[in-house]
Amino acid sequence: MKSVGRAGALRVVVDLNRCQGYAQCCYVAPDDFALRGHEILFYDPAPAAARRGTIERAVQACPVRAISLQAAPDDGEAP
Amino acid sequence: MTPEPAGIVVVGASLAGLRGAEALRRGGYDGPLTLVGAEPHRPYDRPPLSKHVLAGALEADATRLPELTSLRARWRLGSAAVALDRAARTVRLADGSVLAYDKLLVATGAQARPWPAETGGDLAGIHTLRGRDDARTLRTALVAGPRHVLIVGAGLIGCEAASCLRDLGLPVTLADPHPAPLANSFGTFVGGVIAGCLRDAGAVFRPGTQVKAFEGDAAGRVVRARLADGSALEADLVIAALGAVRATGWLRRADLMADPGGLTCDAACRARAADGTACPDIYAAGDVARWPIPLYEGRLVCVEHWGNAVEQASHAARNMLAGPGDQRPYTHLPAFWSSQFGINIKLVGLTAGADSVAVVQGSRASRRFLAVYGQAGRSIAALSFDQARWLPAYAGAILAGAAFPPILDATDQPRIERADPGFSPSRASASAPRPVEVFHA
Repeated sequence: MKSVGRAGALRVVVDLNRCQGYAQCCYVAPDDFALRGHEILFYDPAPAAARRGTIERAVQACPVRAISLQAAPDDGEAP
Repeated sequence: MTPEPAGIVVVGASLAGLRGAEALRRGGYDGPLTLVGAEPHRPYDRPPLSKHVLAGALEADATRLPELTSLRARWRLGSAAVALDRAARTVRLADGSVLAYDKLLVATGAQARPWPAETGGDLAGIHTLRGRDDARTLRTALVAGPRHVLIVGAGLIGCEAASCLRDLGLPVTLADPHPAPLANSFGTFVGGVIAGCLRDAGAVFRPGTQVKAFEGDAAGRVVRARLADGSALEADLVIAALGAVRATGWLRRADLMADPGGLTCDAACRARAADGTACPDIYAAGDVARWPIPLYEGRLVCVEHWGNAVEQASHAARNMLAGPGDQRPYTHLPAFWSSQFGINIKLVGLTAGADSVAVVQGSRASRRFLAVYGQAGRSIAALSFDQARWLPAYAGAILAGAAFPPILDATDQPRIERADPGFSPSRASASAPRPVEVFHA
């Protein structure tokens, strides 16, 4: 898993208080989510835009709805 | 200077500021919305900085937070708020511009406590870790291959950094005045488990160690730490992990209850003026807010956790849009996570004031367990080492004020044993009146 990190990337964050390590995201999107040790979730917060469909499936698969993905482009006069 | 048009101004463009702004829009606020950020970056996530970014698994700029609502905001990034004029309802920024507000959300967070300049804090090679740029700078310094890394402070950041650095194969010494790592957060009973992890990972943990000063070479680079006992520790790279101070300097002349310990709020997240009255137009949320927590007798706390930033900002936003007769109190169960030495650590509740701890599942020796903290016969916090799925059940017990221990026996042990959690004396007397308590994530 190597994140793009810059312009064009998706933006993902997981609420790790909420995450219970069910690992459904890891099955759906193994290139973007992985368990390390018994239950540490490591994920790519900036996957390539082409991965949107896969990440959306991971968002839906999470039984505790811990994954957030930015749906729309940035707005505002942003730098 | 003519003030710009009013509306809601959110000062602080990190997690709390972003989620607060989103909650305002979701709550139906349609007026002008401005986000002010000291850093030149759109909001980004901080927890990965001391973990995957230091380890090199993520770039420092990879953690920009998803923006979950259309904000239609004006972003004023890279210019910190420097003064608040409550009478004029304006915020002045470092670039000299003045923003008028009708309502203000203070979400300026906290800053890493720096090592004092008079005892070597200005030397090159001394790092703190709070922001994205700190993480990038520190990562670059680690890649250069330091010979002796000294981490001062065995709190969560210090321990996470030690874990990463050992993964990178770097020599690490972790020094802390307490007898165990994470002694403030978890007490020595549990902190001893992390001491074992440090040892197994090949880090040197120096308990009971007080660093007095840093000394440099002719070029102004740090070369050693001078300890309270007069001895020295070689160090060409230092991470000062000394906790945080709340970013309230810009409120100094605003006649609010604000100091480096936080900005005091009422139960509804409204900032208190110096005379104690709640300001109807100024709210605070996240690390900077010092608020009365209903679950723990309403004592004033700063909860420097990711989950509190999200929840308190949303709650403050809700109250900002509600009428004066509909100001709801903020109720929250603090919770945080850490990952270090391959272990997923999660805590719910506040451990401060605990007089007992009990391992209700698993064992410290296996480094997989669930421990509950008790105070005066009541369960006040629960801690998981790689047992996260059981934690919600204990969160329920804490919210309900259940007896301690919450269970009397378990499948893997006939009788739940109680132990002394091993908090330092000042911490153990948390029920005595004190100005503020701070809980770090």
